[in-house]
Amino acid sequence: MKISNDLVVGMYQKMLKIRKFETKAMNLFAEGKIPGFVHLYLGEEAVATGACANLNDDDYITSTHRGHGHIIAKGGDLKYMMAELFGKETGYCKGKGGSMHIADATKGILGANGIVGAGHNIAVGAGLAAQYRGSQQVCVCFFGDGSTNQSTFHEGLNLASIWKLPVVFVCENNGYGISLSQEKHQNITDISMRAVSYNIPGVTVDGNDVFAVYEAVNEAVSRARKGQGPTLIECKTYRHRGHFEGDPTTYRSTEEVEQWKKKDPIPRIEKYMVDNKVLRDDEIKALHDEIEKQVEEATKFALDSKDPDVASAVEDVYTDIVEEAR
Amino acid sequence: MRKMTYAQGIKEGMRIKMLENPDVFIFGEDVGQFGGCFGVTAGMYDEFGEKRIRDTPISEGAIIGAAVGSAAAGLRPIAELMFIDFTTVGMDQLVNQAAKMRYMFGGKITLPMVVRLPAGAGVRAAAQHSQSLEAWLTHVPGLKVVYPSSPQDAIGMMMTAIDDDNPVMFIEHKVLYGLTGEVEDEVKPIPFGKANIKKEGNDVTIVTYGKQVYDALKAAETLAKDDIDVEVIDLRSLYPLDKETVFKSIEKTHKVVLVSEETKRGAFTGELAAMIAEECFFECDAPITRVGALNCPIPFSPVLEDYVIPGEKEIVEAVKSLF
Ligand SMILES: Cc1ncc(C[n+]2csc(CCOP(=O)(O)OP(=O)(O)O)c2C)c(N)n1
Ligand SMILES: [Mg+2]
Repeated sequence: MKISNDLVVGMYQKMLKIRKFETKAMNLFAEGKIPGFVHLYLGEEAVATGACANLNDDDYITSTHRGHGHIIAKGGDLKYMMAELFGKETGYCKGKGGSMHIADATKGILGANGIVGAGHNIAVGAGLAAQYRGSQQVCVCFFGDGSTNQSTFHEGLNLASIWKLPVVFVCENNGYGISLSQEKHQNITDISMRAVSYNIPGVTVDGNDVFAVYEAVNEAVSRARKGQGPTLIECKTYRHRGHFEGDPTTYRSTEEVEQWKKKDPIPRIEKYMVDNKVLRDDEIKALHDEIEKQVEEATKFALDSKDPDVASAVEDVYTDIVEEAR
Repeated sequence: MRKMTYAQGIKEGMRIKMLENPDVFIFGEDVGQFGGCFGVTAGMYDEFGEKRIRDTPISEGAIIGAAVGSAAAGLRPIAELMFIDFTTVGMDQLVNQAAKMRYMFGGKITLPMVVRLPAGAGVRAAAQHSQSLEAWLTHVPGLKVVYPSSPQDAIGMMMTAIDDDNPVMFIEHKVLYGLTGEVEDEVKPIPFGKANIKKEGNDVTIVTYGKQVYDALKAAETLAKDDIDVEVIDLRSLYPLDKETVFKSIEKTHKVVLVSEETKRGAFTGELAAMIAEECFFECDAPITRVGALNCPIPFSPVLEDYVIPGEKEIVEAVKSLF
């Protein structure tokens, strides 16, 4: 498949945005500036980027607790994201959601989710809505290897398969669900083989190769748009950081981490671009600076924003009822 | 006396029973070498081995269901859910199976199982990891529901929970895990259905449990400056419930404030209020008053979360409104 230079550069920018946003979030968390739990997407940038490069603004995605990368890849705004991590009133969710619950309905982002496995069935519903309306929309459902042991995985794929729904199930197999390696949490190594149970296509790709992800999802999306039903795509990848910031990560060896860092998706696409004369080193450097600046601006925006007014706590529970606050 | 944390107390209770009875074993997500998301089972994998400290996949239905099945088949499982919020994922196994099997089968099946449930807000974990869901559980006949507030109670109540022949929902407040307290050298099981009078007083009774015990004790100190003498009762066990201690106290103070961190609508404190209204009404000379969280999900932003969940301030205000 021929991937245009513009698309290559576009995907590279997205990946770099994720990398720099997450690195900043990591540092801010370490400085005690971001409260709560933070699950970083560092190392997995190629998956969200390669998948979302096939989507339009009105296509849907469902995300996970490790959602920052999905949201950036689907066109989320760094400023509102960063403000949400700080719990500020200017954040995507007015400070009510935090890192684990960012959503942007205008971009088809049906939300990061704190319940492992919750997205499988929500994605089915979004696909159902698209099919029902006869629109050409699709829904990409992102989920981790660990989540494939929830009953929702089976329920969602089964329903999507019998109703031929336009859903692309994108599994981010990073080898672990918190401390439990895949070997200990399931009896298979390739999650894509589960597709057999639903008689739908299932493929495994190198999740650190943005082109491989792009191509697999491209085919799945065009099948979905043609009414040919769901696909299961497994992207093998790795998280550079612990499960959450503060995780001592005693369950994996330094050698393993180092091995995977050699497969870091970002230097890989940079090398591709230089080798194929898509961008020169100085142009790459300029992009780094540019995105760094965007992340700094987002951080400043978040820091300068106000905390939400406490009375807003009781708003948004219903469309039409707001109870009295204290 | 020795000192330990609430988390260590829970572990100590489990260890004592595991050393005593080979049928007691633990499973849940990351409870093995990782030691549990909140470190409660830290070191237990090394002590007891992988047969008795088992990591499970992320499958709450299977976790609760396997507890039901293994208990029905004669073992004494302790299942850990990482957050009480995840009971929702395994609710059938809990409500339709664990709670009802004995009854439906005419008393022919016994389910000696414990489900550990880290609960509560205050750690900026937002709406899906911060709930107080005790009222859902106390609503279901067949489940016992307990909620220790101190390291000492954690040990003694865990020992009782494991020895109990019924499904016991063992709720733990996340904010208390690091709390240190004195523990007697020789620990004994603490029977369920026995409240603990944390502070005696004559003017008003505060009935509470879990983390709010500490907020109530702080409120009592503040109120003492206004010459209001508060009695603080820690229920410890929500079902079975120690009505006697509550009623006796109200007979003395004639005023009662019920405190929990739950969303106020449909809270367990509502059940307590109804019970007092039905059975102890004429002893009250002021409205039965409740303190709870606002009727919204728990928000992420620290300023919002602190506003939504009740604390010392809300308790003081509620008590003062009675005078
Ligand atoms: C229903 C439910 N159970 C457990 C958890 C706790 N938890 C959060 S993330 C996680 C691991 C998820 O693993 P995986 O799906 O592989 O995603 P990854 O973190 O590797 O991206 C667990 C167990 C949860 N949030 N929801
Ligand atoms: Mg994983």
